[in-house]
Amino acid sequence: MKKVELVQISKSYNHHTNVLENINVSIEPGEFFVLVGPSGCGKSTLLRMIAGLEDISQGKLFIGGHHANLLRPSQRGISFVFQNYALYPHLTVAENIVFGLQAQKVPKNERNKRCIEVADMLGLIPFLKRKPRELSGGQRQRVALARSIVSQAPICLMDEPLSNLDAKLRSHMRSEIKQIQRRLGLTMIYVTHDQVEAMTMGDRIMVLNEGKIQQIGDPLQIYNHPANAFVAQFIGSPPMNLIPATFNKQKQTIQIEYHHEILVPLHDVRNISNEDIIVGIRPEDIHLARNEPIHFQIEVVNVEVLGTETIISFKIKDQQWSMKWNGQWRIAIGDRIPISLDYQVLSIFDSKTGTALKNAKADTHYKINEVNL
Amino acid sequence: MKVVVDEEHKGQIPATINKLSFLSRTLNNRTALLYLLPSIVLFSVFVFYPMFKTVYLSFFLTDLQGRPAEFVGLENFQYLIQSESFHKSIKATLLFVLYTVPISIVTALFLAIIANEKLKGIGVFRTLFSSTMGMSVAASSVIWLFLFHPSIGAINRLLSIFNIQAIEWLVDPSWALISISITTIWMNTGFTFLILLGGLQNIDENLYESASIDGASFWYKMRRITIPMLSPTLFFIITITLINAFQTFGQVDILTKGGPAESTNLIVYSIYREAFINYQFGTASAQAIVLFFFILIVTILQFKFGEKRVFYQ
Ligand SMILES: Nc1ncnc2c1ncn2[C@@H]1O[C@H](COP(=O)(O)OP(=O)(O)OP(=O)(O)O)[C@@H](O)[C@H]1O
Ligand SMILES: [Mg+2]
Repeated sequence: MKKVELVQISKSYNHHTNVLENINVSIEPGEFFVLVGPSGCGKSTLLRMIAGLEDISQGKLFIGGHHANLLRPSQRGISFVFQNYALYPHLTVAENIVFGLQAQKVPKNERNKRCIEVADMLGLIPFLKRKPRELSGGQRQRVALARSIVSQAPICLMDEPLSNLDAKLRSHMRSEIKQIQRRLGLTMIYVTHDQVEAMTMGDRIMVLNEGKIQQIGDPLQIYNHPANAFVAQFIGSPPMNLIPATFNKQKQTIQIEYHHEILVPLHDVRNISNEDIIVGIRPEDIHLARNEPIHFQIEVVNVEVLGTETIISFKIKDQQWSMKWNGQWRIAIGDRIPISLDYQVLSIFDSKTGTALKNAKADTHYKINEVNL
Repeated sequence: MKVVVDEEHKGQIPATINKLSFLSRTLNNRTALLYLLPSIVLFSVFVFYPMFKTVYLSFFLTDLQGRPAEFVGLENFQYLIQSESFHKSIKATLLFVLYTVPISIVTALFLAIIANEKLKGIGVFRTLFSSTMGMSVAASSVIWLFLFHPSIGAINRLLSIFNIQAIEWLVDPSWALISISITTIWMNTGFTFLILLGGLQNIDENLYESASIDGASFWYKMRRITIPMLSPTLFFIITITLINAFQTFGQVDILTKGGPAESTNLIVYSIYREAFINYQFGTASAQAIVLFFFILIVTILQFKFGEKRVFYQ
């Protein structure tokens, strides 16, 4: 187990623009740390800098407490799983697994022992004699995993290792990777652009956008208390619905469109300083208006029945919103439905900076349950 | 073609099926033949006909126009076996192949590896290294003719700086073949370099990165990744270089005319001299046949022993 610390790290490829800026984070020993963000935000670059495959333009990297900026990749105690697996196509699975051990001149007996051990752990024993092209995508993925485990490096870096797999296999491998990480006590830094992977696997998540840290926190923290509108919209599926609105200080209301007003409680009025705000609401927090004041009469544009829940899409101010209702609902496209927006579950963001001014009250709507036996 | 057989007409149909299936059976072949026709015609005119004519001529003594005059059976070949000059030619050819092929490949591989780095301005080097590809045999030979000049040539001048005695590059029988080899290696480099660079660039960068994380040294990566992954390209380029070496003609003609003392009389040049200077088309053809079998055997051996080590993706 080793700690990885990044202090004020920046990266620039062309000396003009920074691809990554001012990255400060400390990854704890044995932690499963997920780096998530949209395509091109610099996730791979950051991971490759930690691995030593890319120079660090500015800032300091510490691995296990030692300054590591200038260490060669092999001296950093890491293993790396590439998105395309980077298996050697001319070598068999077994040769692929022990390639690194051979390079480090580990004796043959031990090499074989470790190879068998790892292959057994990942169910690769029947395939040891095959070449990578004779394997399915999932099996290849496992070989890549085996290669990283067999090195016994305390830190494991993975760059979108599941993105080439189909949905079912992906969810299977998710839990498998997580279990292996726990069992071996690896410090894992895991890159993905898939927020579901981030939410389900990470002990902590770092959301990155355009080379800047948006938020670091555990999955529920990030979901319930997004630091800004970007995080709010990036995490969650379907994403949080956002709409520009105005805050009227005199009337103490939030005005959406022209005639929809939501009353703001007195103790919150102080916190909201701007007039122009962005209002956000999670799809699961929009309800059918029964006895409450109706805020919107919406027209349904799409319905997806998923069995245990139903996702209904509609348009507000030429933006598509969606809401997620529990259970199965028989709703037709074109139906008009009254909905209400409760102030408690609204998130409010500054319209210029996107910073959160108020988060939805988590405990009112989704209480975090605990099992006590 | 789908033929539906219904119960009532079962008896009458087989005849039609036979007729149709004969047409449809040959349809594919006939189409294939049509596509092949242009190459068959071209090959026949420019390869097969001359080949058979050569075989035919090798059994004859010819007149000055190259027309067969007298059938002599295998006498032309017997003559070759006894001919001192032919032995020398074979020896020179084999030495030449030995000098040029490995060094050409290793040089080009070295250049390709250093030019495969992603550095600023690397394009300049890639262009430079491959530039000999765009030069004709005549032009390159003339360049080297000047470089090799005994008194004003750049090479001897350079040697004189280090107080090394001038070498008669193209005139000294012990140096002439080496000079021709140097010229040939230089000429080969461009094409070989370009092909190998292409092969190197096809290798996934991540393989090397993964190996560096595992702590593999440069030579380990070279041996376990570069060479195996490059093996199809290497095999191809070795075959081509080998065949080209056996067929070398232009630089010999321009630089040494086979001399001095027949030390650079490579087999193709020997064939040329026999046919167009001595007008012995019969023995020239016999030499051509010998060369053909030489190349054939070397290529077969190469495929037999070399191809096993080649990894095709
Ligand atoms: N070698 C390079 N030279 C110049 N710019 C680069 C280089 N590699 C990456 N970039 C730029 O750096 C930015 C971040 O790239 P990076 O590969 O880290 O993105 P990413 O977050 O991994 O995206 P993805 O999810 O698509 O893999 C991109 O804008 C990219 O164009
Ligand atoms: Mg990436």
